[in-house]
Amino acid sequence: MPKITYIEHNNKEHVVEVPAGWTVMEGAVKNRIPGIDADCGGACACATCHVYVDPAWLPKLSPRQDMEEQMLDFAQDVKPNSRLSCQIKVTPALDGLIVRTPKSQH
Amino acid sequence: MKRIVIIGAGQAGVQAAATLRSEGFGGTLTLIGEEPYPPYQRPPLSKAYLAGDFARERLFLKPDSFYAETRCDLRLRTAATAIDRPSKTVRLSDGTALAYDRLLLTTGARVRKVPVPGADLPGVHYLRGIEDVDALRPNFRAGARLAVVGGGYIGLEVAAVAVKHGLEVTVVEAAARVMVRAASLQLSAFYEAEHRAHGVKFQLGAMAEAFEGTARVEAVRTNQGRVPADFVLAGIGIVPNCELAQEAGLACDNGIAVDEFAATSDPDIFAAGDCTCHPGFAGGRVRLESVQNAIDQAKHAALGMLGEPSAYREVPWFWSDQYDLKLQIAGLAQAGDVTVLRGDPQARKFSVFHLRDGVIAAVEAVNAPPDYIIGRKLIAARARVAPERLADPNVPVKSFI
Repeated sequence: MPKITYIEHNNKEHVVEVPAGWTVMEGAVKNRIPGIDADCGGACACATCHVYVDPAWLPKLSPRQDMEEQMLDFAQDVKPNSRLSCQIKVTPALDGLIVRTPKSQH
Repeated sequence: MKRIVIIGAGQAGVQAAATLRSEGFGGTLTLIGEEPYPPYQRPPLSKAYLAGDFARERLFLKPDSFYAETRCDLRLRTAATAIDRPSKTVRLSDGTALAYDRLLLTTGARVRKVPVPGADLPGVHYLRGIEDVDALRPNFRAGARLAVVGGGYIGLEVAAVAVKHGLEVTVVEAAARVMVRAASLQLSAFYEAEHRAHGVKFQLGAMAEAFEGTARVEAVRTNQGRVPADFVLAGIGIVPNCELAQEAGLACDNGIAVDEFAATSDPDIFAAGDCTCHPGFAGGRVRLESVQNAIDQAKHAALGMLGEPSAYREVPWFWSDQYDLKLQIAGLAQAGDVTVLRGDPQARKFSVFHLRDGVIAAVEAVNAPPDYIIGRKLIAARARVAPERLADPNVPVKSFI
């Protein structure tokens, strides 16, 4: 099962296994990693699952879709490596992925 | 305060449990649920879970470890049968009783049954829980005929999944338009046209009079004719579960009556989620059927139970996924609102703003997240924006803030 590293804004690290087919958001919520609210449960409707993807991993992700792009525009402290974690599907190729959670989702 | 009991293990119940612990509650916490499953998300039931794109485990809101780590005693397959307020105890279906210092009712709602002959025939389905969808899904075979009774969100989301699976779908709706309870005229017209373009047939202004069939349902008879069907999905709304509260003498009126702090008429008993009727953001009293309300009201209820009351004033929001259309709604539209169209429905990307006395009261956005997010902020701020600016796509939506 792919391993994903979530790093909180205070640098606390969580390494968890996330089944392929799930999203990076679900991996966080199901493992109780702080900093990802995901109020809408992954419907790309709330922009409360914002993460920063480790730049080395960016090329391995499928690019942002239009809806995600538009929602991200309203997240806090958006950077070029910002993504909505509900829109990143876990695949075996993402084994080792590193994402950081922002200080706040609101 | 040492003991908190939560009745109802859905989105609101588990949110309250999480908030109680994160806010430092150190006492005994019990979460009672009637269903065999731990708290789960309902929105995917009529969408990805029905379509078979979403494994059951993905529905669960928390991992099993959550309940152990937060010392939340989750008791499934258990119903609360009575609340004894003088002794502050709850009686349970397993014959035991639980004492509480504070009690939270997150009892949710149940489907409204269609009150016509034949309603109990095999093949007549409703959609509220995991088991409903598990029973519904085997009927989704290409060529099968589905009659949907009720053109609201549930009925239309199921219709969208069904036509994608190659079913022949007819929607029977009592009102003259679809989504009548929750959407503006423009939005109803747009969604009806989308569904028709995908092959869904409609009987609008049609009253279901009977489900016909002998061994199982074969048709829905309406005042406009007969809709032959291999199975039926009825989605005509939900009824709040307030009997437990009522029998305990708590004030109820279209739901369990609570104040802005989620307190019932008994200061030791709180309620949150679909089962409540509460002060609305725009005044009056409302009963909301949504994830947002479950989450936000439960947080306020948790704070209230801990003696740190904080008023629940969030703007309501909802979403619906049908085909490739993402509908996001903030605020509650009302008859009499002035509506302003922004964008082009033909382009399948537009929004409808609702103004009440010049103030932005609601927004319905289709594939237009910026309009929704800005709209939600404008509603919260009770802002005024000139209709001609709202309608002008050359004025960026961000400039309204």
